[in-house]
Parts: sequence; structure tokens; C-alpha cells
Amino acid sequence: MNMHLPTPRLAGPAQAEPAIVLEGVTKFYGGFRALNHVDLEVARGETVIICGPSGSGKSTLIRCLNRIETHDRGRIVVNGHELTDALKDIAAVRREVGMVFQSFNLFPHLTILENCMLAPVQARGISRREARETAMHFLSKVRIPDQAGKYPGQLSGGQQQRVAIARALCMRPQVMLFDEPTSALDPEMVKEVLDTMVGLAGEGMTMVCVTHEMGFAREVADRVVFMDKGAVVEQDTPERFFSAPASERAREFLRQVIH
Amino acid sequence: MFTVLFDQGSDGRMYGVWLLSGLGWTLSLAFFGWWLAFAIGLVVGIGRTVENRTIAILSRVYVEVFRNIPVLVQMFLWYFVVPELLPASLGTWIKQMPPPWGAFFPALVCLSFYTAARVAEQVRAGLEALPAGQREAAAALGLTERRTYWLVLVPQALRLIVPSLTSEVMGIYKNTSVALTIGLLELTAEARQISEETFQTFAAFGAATIIYLMLALAAYQLMSWIDERARIPGTAPPARRKSLRLLARRLPEGASP
Ligand SMILES: Nc1ncnc2c1ncn2[C@@H]1O[C@H](COP(=O)(O)OP(=O)(O)OP(=O)(O)O)[C@@H](O)[C@H]1O
Ligand SMILES: [Mg+2]
Repeated sequence: MNMHLPTPRLAGPAQAEPAIVLEGVTKFYGGFRALNHVDLEVARGETVIICGPSGSGKSTLIRCLNRIETHDRGRIVVNGHELTDALKDIAAVRREVGMVFQSFNLFPHLTILENCMLAPVQARGISRREARETAMHFLSKVRIPDQAGKYPGQLSGGQQQRVAIARALCMRPQVMLFDEPTSALDPEMVKEVLDTMVGLAGEGMTMVCVTHEMGFAREVADRVVFMDKGAVVEQDTPERFFSAPASERAREFLRQVIH
Repeated sequence: MFTVLFDQGSDGRMYGVWLLSGLGWTLSLAFFGWWLAFAIGLVVGIGRTVENRTIAILSRVYVEVFRNIPVLVQMFLWYFVVPELLPASLGTWIKQMPPPWGAFFPALVCLSFYTAARVAEQVRAGLEALPAGQREAAAALGLTERRTYWLVLVPQALRLIVPSLTSEVMGIYKNTSVALTIGLLELTAEARQISEETFQTFAAFGAATIIYLMLALAAYQLMSWIDERARIPGTAPPARRKSLRLLARRLPEGASP
């Protein structure tokens, strides 16, 4: 298949086609090069872990994947849609891509159930009844159906992050993006969130996850991508990456995170 | 001292009734002016924060124009100048409106446009105080910009700015007195007429002052109640005293002032 042909929106994603393709993606913040010619492909059903030192461009990369940030050069194709200025309905692409943030970003003025129903009803046009059923289904899956009537401020951090995952799943996304989903959590709550993500990966969800949880990466990753200074330095299976990283920068990084 | 209020005025009605009639105009002006101001201010305030440059610039111009011209000048502009600028037939129609309305409508437009500029700034401040993550999360869920504002950002921003909106309600209420300059017989104007007829300046303005104060207090209580009711469960720990509660800044986690 020739990846240089723009994929028509109506065609829909074929199964063989990668979920995400990045080619020569470069991004500037003013004069600062946050992403430097990044090439990356994520297959359907694959779990890719992105790691690297602070400021290496991990968040920038993952935020370019649903165009919360715009890239300056190169191509990004997500789920068959090329992300360009010409793309008329970016909201439609975003509906197919779930995102979980470090700081949860639940809507504090809505109950847990309303948080999960809002986008399905308002952006997908699903009936409230069906949206409610879907919401309860995913809230059960992240093991907090009993909190549905509460407000985000009344939940623990770990519970809030699990709601955020459920909220994203309620849109039935093809791809899930995670940006350090456990970094803002107290240590005792990290596991409950990671367990949820392990379950998701096990079900074949396509996942791109920025994390410093190397145990988790070892367990679920199909591939580990190591970034530094806005570039992908190396990518490999977790077995090889953790036992024999190819670059000195990756060895240095691993020494620091796995003391 | 306030016995003068029970005396009969030159039109056969008691002076107290004069005051009440003035109060009626003051309250109508404040009430309708406020809801107009709130509606316009909400739209303009949102306009200042949207991505569309044209809308953002137009909103900015609105705010700068209406906020920076003194209310008194705006009052004269709406009353004396605007009818002259309109097509002759419309201008004449406006100028020939029967007495209270000929002053009431210009005053209503003036006060609501002016207050709207101030409300817009509060709305903008409220929207900008929200963490960027709220907008991002809504976008990431595939909500359009319009729905993001309506369902996610505005409901939160309005809750944040209830205390400053309280000041704006008080503001439009007090500014209604400027309407006396174009001949609307609102509370202050009636007080002045009573003092001119009776020379009881102290009693006339004293009574007006008390009425202004009592109503301000009532408005303040109402807004405290709204503030209380609108608070999101699980956000701020209730402050100890009620007055403090209204003043307490309640930003969501991660918000910058
Ligand atoms: N909005 C912005 N404006 C200017 N510079 C930015 C902006 N966002 C990020 N940067 C810069 O781009 C670089 C990459 O940032 P990014 O947030 O992608 O790093 P990161 O790998 O996610 O780091 P961390 O592990 O600390 O989250 C950093 O040097 C950062 O200072
Ligand atoms: Mg980051």
C-alpha cells in the first residue's frame, strides 16, 4: 500500500492499514524545535509505550495525534484521516480517538455519569438512554459504577482517572492516547489505573501511552519508543529495549528511572 | 423626620407615593437592563476568547468603546445624538415617544450596553481562569467549539464569576440614577423633586438613600444564595462565614487566577 496517497475520508479505515502513521513530523514552538522529523507507525491493536526524559517532546507528540497541537511539517494519518489544515471536520476524527490526560480533566460541574454521557449524546447524537447504558457499562468495567451520581471533586485521584478512561471509552474510540495517566496520582492509586489499562490492552485496543511506569511498559507494550530532544532515538520490543538498549541516551535514561 | 412623605404633593399624591413611583422606574430599569446586559455581555465575553479573529476583535472593540466612555456621556449620546443619526422618520418617532418611555428606552439601552461591556470582561476572566485542560478534554472528545463553550466552559465560568457579577448588578442598579439627567423620574429624580417642593432635602434624600441601601442588601443576599446554590459539589470546602463564602475564590483544581 502506498502511504503517500491521501486516504479519502469516506473510504473508512481498512483493517490492514496502520492505525497511526507519522512521517517526518516536525513541530516548532516559536523557534524551539519540539519535534524533530519523527517517523512512527502504530498498527491496529498494538500497544506502544513512549518514554524519554522530561522535555523530550512526548506530550507534544501525543497531542499532535488528535490535533490538540498542530504539526508544522510532515504527515500524520490517524485512522485513515490525514491531519491537515484542510481537514474540515477535526471533531469527527477526534471522536474516533480517545485521550486520557495526566490531570484527568473531568468536567467538575457534571456528575460522573454526565461526564460519560456528554460527548456520546452531544457529539455522536446517541440517545440518552443508550448513552446511559454505555456509560454504566464502562463505569462497571473500571469498577466504579456505584460512583455514577457523584461529582469528580468527590472522588479520589485514582477513581477520577478511571472515570476519565471510561469517559473516553464511551465514545467507542478506535485508538486510545494516554499522556502520563498515573503521574499525578498518589502511589497507592497507580495500580488501579494501570490494571484498567492492562485490561484494555488485553482486549486489543490500539494504545499509545506516554508513561514512566516501566513495569507496566514491560507487561503490556508491544513496542517501546524512546524519545530525546524531540526525536525518536530508538524503538524496540520491551524485552530488548529494557535488557539491551541500543543508544547511550536510552541507557542513561533507564539508569535514572529504574534506579 | 420622614413625616413629609405623608404630605400631599403638588399633583395630589403623597410624596411617599412619588418615591415609590421613582423606585418602580429604578427597578424596571435595573431589572430589564441587567438581563439585557447579561445576555449581551455573555456573548461578547465569549467572543473575546474564541479562535475566530474577526469575532475576537469585534468583541474587543465593543468592550473598549462601551466601557471607556463615561455613563453620563453615553446617556446623552443615546438620548440626544442617536435619534439625529437615525433615518428622519425613525428619529422623529423616537423623539415623540410619550414622556416616561422617551427617556426610559434610551436609558435602558445605555445602561445595558455599558454594563454588558463590564459583564463581558468578567465572563472573559472567568473563561480564562479555567484550566486549559477543560477545553482540551472537550475537544479530544470530539465536541465542537460551540458545544464546548455551551456545555463545558460557560457553565463553569459563570459559577466562578457570581461574586463579580454581583458587583455588576449593584453597579447597574446604582447607575440608574444617571437616567435623571435625561428626565426619567426614577428614585433620585423623585427625591430631588420632593426636596425642591418641600425644602426637606434631608428627609427626601435620606429616604431615597435608605431605599437604595435596603435594596442593595436584598440583591446581595439573593446573589449569595445563587452563589451557594450554584456551587459544584466536591469543589470548595465551605468557608466558615457566609460573607466570606461569597468572596472566596473558588477555582477548579489547576486553575490560575
Ligand atoms: N505550549 C508550549 N509553548 C512553548 N514551548 C512548549 C510548549 N509546550 C511544550 N513546550 C516545550 O516543548 C518541549 C517538549 O515538551 P513536552 O511537553 O512535549 O515534553 P515531555 O516529553 O512531555 O516532557 P514531560 O516528561 O516533562 O511531560 C519542552 O522543552 C517544552 O518546554
Ligand atoms: Mg509531558
